[in-house]
Amino acid sequence: MIAPGPGPSPLRQQVALAQPFIQWSYNAKHSYSRPVCAVRLSDLPKGFQAVVDAVEAAHDDDRIARRLRDLGFVAGETVRVVARAPMGGDPLLVQVGTTRFALRRSEAARVQTLEAGASA
Amino acid sequence: MNAQALRIALVGNPNCGKTALFNLLTGSRQKVANYAGVTVERKEGQLIAPSGRSYRLLDLPGAYSLDAASPDEAITRDVLAGRRDGEAKPDLIVCVVDATNLRLHLRFVLEVARLGRPMVLALNMMDAARRRGIEIDVAGLEKRLGVPVVETVAVRRGGAAALVERIDAMHNAYPAPPAANGDNDLHRQVRGLLEATVRVPAQASRVDEAIDRWALHPVFGLALLGAMMFLMFQAVFAWAQPLMDGIDAGVTALGAWIAGMLPAGSALHSLVQDGIFGGVGTVLVFLPQILILFLFILVLEESGYLPRAAFLLDRLMFKAGLTGRAFIPLLSSFACAIPGIMATRSIADPRDRLTTILVAPLMTCSARLPVYTLLIAAFIPHRTVLDVFNLQGVVLFVLYVAGIASAMAVAFVMKKLRRDKSEHALLMELPAYRVPHVRDVAYGLWQRVKIFLRRVGGIILALTVLLWFLSSFPSPPPGATGPAIDYSLAGMLGHALHHVFAPIGFNWQISVALIPGLAAREVAVSALGTVYAMSGSDTAVATHLGPLIAHQWPLATALSLLAWYVFAPQCMSTLAVIRRETNSWRNVALAAGYLFALAYLASLLTYQIASAFT
Repeated sequence: MIAPGPGPSPLRQQVALAQPFIQWSYNAKHSYSRPVCAVRLSDLPKGFQAVVDAVEAAHDDDRIARRLRDLGFVAGETVRVVARAPMGGDPLLVQVGTTRFALRRSEAARVQTLEAGASA
Repeated sequence: MNAQALRIALVGNPNCGKTALFNLLTGSRQKVANYAGVTVERKEGQLIAPSGRSYRLLDLPGAYSLDAASPDEAITRDVLAGRRDGEAKPDLIVCVVDATNLRLHLRFVLEVARLGRPMVLALNMMDAARRRGIEIDVAGLEKRLGVPVVETVAVRRGGAAALVERIDAMHNAYPAPPAANGDNDLHRQVRGLLEATVRVPAQASRVDEAIDRWALHPVFGLALLGAMMFLMFQAVFAWAQPLMDGIDAGVTALGAWIAGMLPAGSALHSLVQDGIFGGVGTVLVFLPQILILFLFILVLEESGYLPRAAFLLDRLMFKAGLTGRAFIPLLSSFACAIPGIMATRSIADPRDRLTTILVAPLMTCSARLPVYTLLIAAFIPHRTVLDVFNLQGVVLFVLYVAGIASAMAVAFVMKKLRRDKSEHALLMELPAYRVPHVRDVAYGLWQRVKIFLRRVGGIILALTVLLWFLSSFPSPPPGATGPAIDYSLAGMLGHALHHVFAPIGFNWQISVALIPGLAAREVAVSALGTVYAMSGSDTAVATHLGPLIAHQWPLATALSLLAWYVFAPQCMSTLAVIRRETNSWRNVALAAGYLFALAYLASLLTYQIASAFT
């Protein structure tokens, strides 16, 4: 199964190419703040917070997409990439609500998020 | 157990503390078995209320949703709906939630409530919730859900008293939740419930985050995992040794004592001493290793570390066609494949689980060590290579690596051959860290021991008696000069097998010794001793056997036998466990067949190449 969506390009590059007007700033807590864009959860850098827009099915009868929704990946929910595994950053550890899930990149790519915001 | 007793089913998300609650409610009155036809653990226990009334409590597998994604969840769904054959519909559902993780867990509660069955909600881990400053309006939640809501603390003595009291007071007049209000968006309902009844402080617990920053760190995390595994192996191999020696001596002495009461030289005497006690003893001797191994696994599991290890290694394992969750079962298999295969129950995806079970025997189990030690000491010169490495050590290391590499290759090939190529899900929750509770670890350990002992007492006992029979009958004719086994059915079989094994360099003595080695791999060493007409303890046999075979066998034969033991399909106990855990003879045949084919191929190559050079 090929992951839907863009490859593992870092958010920064991707956004810089697509929306060059976005201002990036590096805050005192060593993380970027105030980016506003649509990005897949799989491309969200570590430490970033975003709001789920939708979970997209990769194909008909996508059990993984259904399960993601059951686990709380639903519109309006805040998600954050807490950690990435060694060896290529896959899988990633995502916090949704008070729960943490390990998602493979192809799984996280189904989650479309909006408005990455500042995070601690 | 009273057949009229009311049936209560415990359900909840994984990591809600449901099993701890089950242990608290039922104590030692538990029965662990499998659901018919599948290898999902079925745990039933008896709950006796202070009123003296008793209830049948069923601990259903943890589930995130009734839209089942694994065999475990399918069982939960079917039992709750009364659709599972042989399982009566529960009279009451006790839905357990982790009070610190309500957003996730309440969604499942609402899903279960829609079944319209009598239900009680247990708000578990209330102690942790209070510590974090989470305030829950229990009365309000009860009113909105329309079912009784009770606070519990499963890890505290008496922590479920209120729950038992509530269940008992309503005896068989349980209210069913009101009909669904038509809003299909369960998440929206959960949000509504939380807003109305729960106050969560802005600053949640940061302890887990701090631990995870180190435990999941690409460098420190892997180093920590490595250190933990090193400690585990040290424990399994070093601490278990005195206990193993004790069991060995105990079983041998008991066998000799019982056999002493039987006429010496009779078949019955031999059956008791060599067949039953000798055979079962060789398997029973692994009990301390298995205990220590499971102690580590259970503590790591209870503390919440195990999914972290799976997270760290998932990529590596996934590339080989496995999953991060296969790591612990495979690691356990280095001690013995039996607990390793038993530990695959934590793998949710049935395809990943089968692959893990099939490659587990390729991990170099400790039973192979006696064989390796004998052959390496006899044939590999004690010499230093590259100034630092001991050649014998290097060969042993190569044998271990060969096992791991072939497991990876087999898993990879299985992945390519599999017809169902749909994506394997990881989607694994990393629960909050917890201090393991002694009672829950002890129960878990006791259940593993029971499974192991039942296996030793059942199929393994039957097989060892069969092997004893094959190696003892017919007895040698009067005046025979060769070893007794040579005249037995096993001897004849060995001689017949010699034709098969000649191309890979095995002489008839090895072929004969392989047959008793079916019981446990290291038995092959003492069997070789028997064939070469030696007696005494294993160590004594090995000391004398070494120089003898070094003198008699060509190097190519020894190397070929080493290659054979990397794959070594001939472990009956492993095959028996595969049968139990996969419920299929087909998988047993598959495992035995592919291991045999690989062993033969590897030995053939080794022998032919080595013969060409020596």
